[in-house]
Amino acid sequence: MMLDAPLAPELETDAGRGPTADAATRLKIIDGDVHPAPRSLADVKAYLPARWREHLDEYGSRRKLGMGYEPYPKSAPRACRRDAWPEDGGNPGSDLDLIRAQYLDAYGIEYGILGPLGVTGQSELNGEFSAALATATNDWQREHFTRPEPRLRSAIVVPSEHAEAAVAEIEARADDPAYAQVFMLTRTAEPLGNRRYWPIYAAAERHGLPVGMHVFGSGGHAYTGAGWPSYYVEEGAGHSTSCQTAVTSLVIEGVFERFPRLKVVMIEGGFAWLAPLAWRLDKLFERMRSEVPHLKKKPSEYIRQHIWVTTQPMEEPDDRRHLFDTMEWIGWDRLLFASDYPHWDFDDPFRAFPAGLPKERHRQILTGNGRAVYRLP
Amino acid sequence: MSDTWTGAIDCDMHPRLPSPRALSQFMDAHWRETVEVRGIDYWESIAYPANAPLTVRPDWRESGADADPVAAARETLDRFGFAHAICNCLFPVQAFRDENLAAAFARATNDWLAATWLDQDPRFKGSVVLPLQSPEKAVEEIERRARDRRFVQVLTLAMGEHPLGKSMYWPVWAAAERHGFAIGIHAGSSYHHALTGSGWPTYYLEDYAAQALGFHTQLGSLICEGVFVKYPKLKAVLIESGVTWLPPYLWRLGKFWRGVRNEVPWIDREPYEFVRDNVRLTLQPFDGPPAAEHIGRVLDQLRCDDMLLFSTDFPHWQFDGDDMLPPGIPAGLRRKILIDNPLATYPRLGRHP
Repeated sequence: MMLDAPLAPELETDAGRGPTADAATRLKIIDGDVHPAPRSLADVKAYLPARWREHLDEYGSRRKLGMGYEPYPKSAPRACRRDAWPEDGGNPGSDLDLIRAQYLDAYGIEYGILGPLGVTGQSELNGEFSAALATATNDWQREHFTRPEPRLRSAIVVPSEHAEAAVAEIEARADDPAYAQVFMLTRTAEPLGNRRYWPIYAAAERHGLPVGMHVFGSGGHAYTGAGWPSYYVEEGAGHSTSCQTAVTSLVIEGVFERFPRLKVVMIEGGFAWLAPLAWRLDKLFERMRSEVPHLKKKPSEYIRQHIWVTTQPMEEPDDRRHLFDTMEWIGWDRLLFASDYPHWDFDDPFRAFPAGLPKERHRQILTGNGRAVYRLP
Repeated sequence: MSDTWTGAIDCDMHPRLPSPRALSQFMDAHWRETVEVRGIDYWESIAYPANAPLTVRPDWRESGADADPVAAARETLDRFGFAHAICNCLFPVQAFRDENLAAAFARATNDWLAATWLDQDPRFKGSVVLPLQSPEKAVEEIERRARDRRFVQVLTLAMGEHPLGKSMYWPVWAAAERHGFAIGIHAGSSYHHALTGSGWPTYYLEDYAAQALGFHTQLGSLICEGVFVKYPKLKAVLIESGVTWLPPYLWRLGKFWRGVRNEVPWIDREPYEFVRDNVRLTLQPFDGPPAAEHIGRVLDQLRCDDMLLFSTDFPHWQFDGDDMLPPGIPAGLRRKILIDNPLATYPRLGRHP
């Protein structure tokens, strides 16, 4: 079949703009996914109370992965860019000077929203330890990153499976402007719309904080309903499925009926899946409304109002019109730029988007939309 | 207007299955007695709740046509002039944990289909339900059916114990390729795992929505494990998958493959090329955009006119009236979807029209 012009209106393209553009004319980029790391676990451990420091020494972090690291070896050490390793031997994402030089200054980042991964309390089997690790992670982020570098905004990591402690963590941080979002992972014990997580959403809504849901984590289940794939390439491509489970569950359980001001950002699962998911859910809703009488609107309407998606890793169809169509279907105001710095599949804000993206749309995704979502100074 | 469907091949329809006890009449004495003594008189999956709106369209529920091959032929084959309809039995063989029970019920289900629907009307074709709990027993079942040309594909579910590309299943795919069977992967789960990587959703609506995610896993697995490199003539048919999830998933898979292809060095071309050459999708349900004028733009994302197969998904309620195809499909593509693509997908159909 033949396509005519893309659905998006043709606007001026952004050709020629790049990281060397003059600072005064630069876009002020808001990046929805930057990963800070401790030089070593000792950095975070310093913020744990003695009781849990000893626990960590004796028993280690025991996550629902069955092992200390991810079950799929990455494509590179720590899944990081090879040029992002600091000279002091710490992990990529741990050296503020390198982050500034290589990323914040080089690209003109106004704000980078942090999303700590690794041993942060998420997926930890011991609930109390999970809460202690989240608290330590949040202190560490603020002290090591946001305080010395206000362009990096902290996330309130919550122990997702321990709602009581998660709410306490949000309440303790909510008045501190260092924190821009609440942070959860998408692979959880139950789909994320389940009532066990509602107290977290209530607290986030109460304080006007968006909830970022980043791929990864483990809820203690096979990573797919069809069992465990063999390869990292399958796991990586499959991250969009945990995002779809989360969005489906949030919508169908009625989370957005109960919390009408709640904002949710899906992080690092790409975005193109959102359009067909909304179409599928609308059809099923029409067919089986009797099962979900608590829903007052079509699923696509809740999605359009409450869900944002970060763009990384950018989908790359051969025909860029397919991508522009998809962005149009999702809604240009729903897309948030994310770089995933310092990971190997980093998206460059100026090169990740296909040529021909209308300039105003590019600007909106890089800067305007993020300003409307995150709690920023 | 009914002549516009003449000669079409319905690649997914569902006979209503009899009770386990009725199926046991197709078993030997040992298994008949097992069903009796152990009281296996109820074995229903939660995948299609009998009275849920999606499971049976209201007019078909009223007529009971899915329980009777004569009535079903009247309401579909005769009414539209279909050449063939492929019967996919959804008896939950896959839910057994005991591979012997699974094999006994798979065999009985296939015997039952042959003796009832296939004997009743030569336009009905069958899929071989596989006891995939044991690849060895699945191969035996394929060999047993291979001479009956009325069976045109083997049937698995979107979510079983392991992703289908794993090498433990390769003898099954080898047998399927050897005998010209397509591999049908149908929506549904063995429920041997939580339905999603994040646990069990609350509502049936979510369960059905999540079936599309199972197809993500299976497609990624078949491609990345190298099944289509090893068995290049194989056709995998994704049945009742929803269709429009596919391009976004392929964009991701293609990008990850470019990034980390040293992990799977036997994959020597873009994942999309395997899909174009080896993967087909039935067209109901079609999770399309609400605006009819956008449907062509979604179909264009498939980049190939050979991939879609006509299906009614009878008696599931996917469409009303006779709206069996999404609107806006040009005449040339329509003919391919209705006739040419199914014939190219199912070689065993062509040999015995």
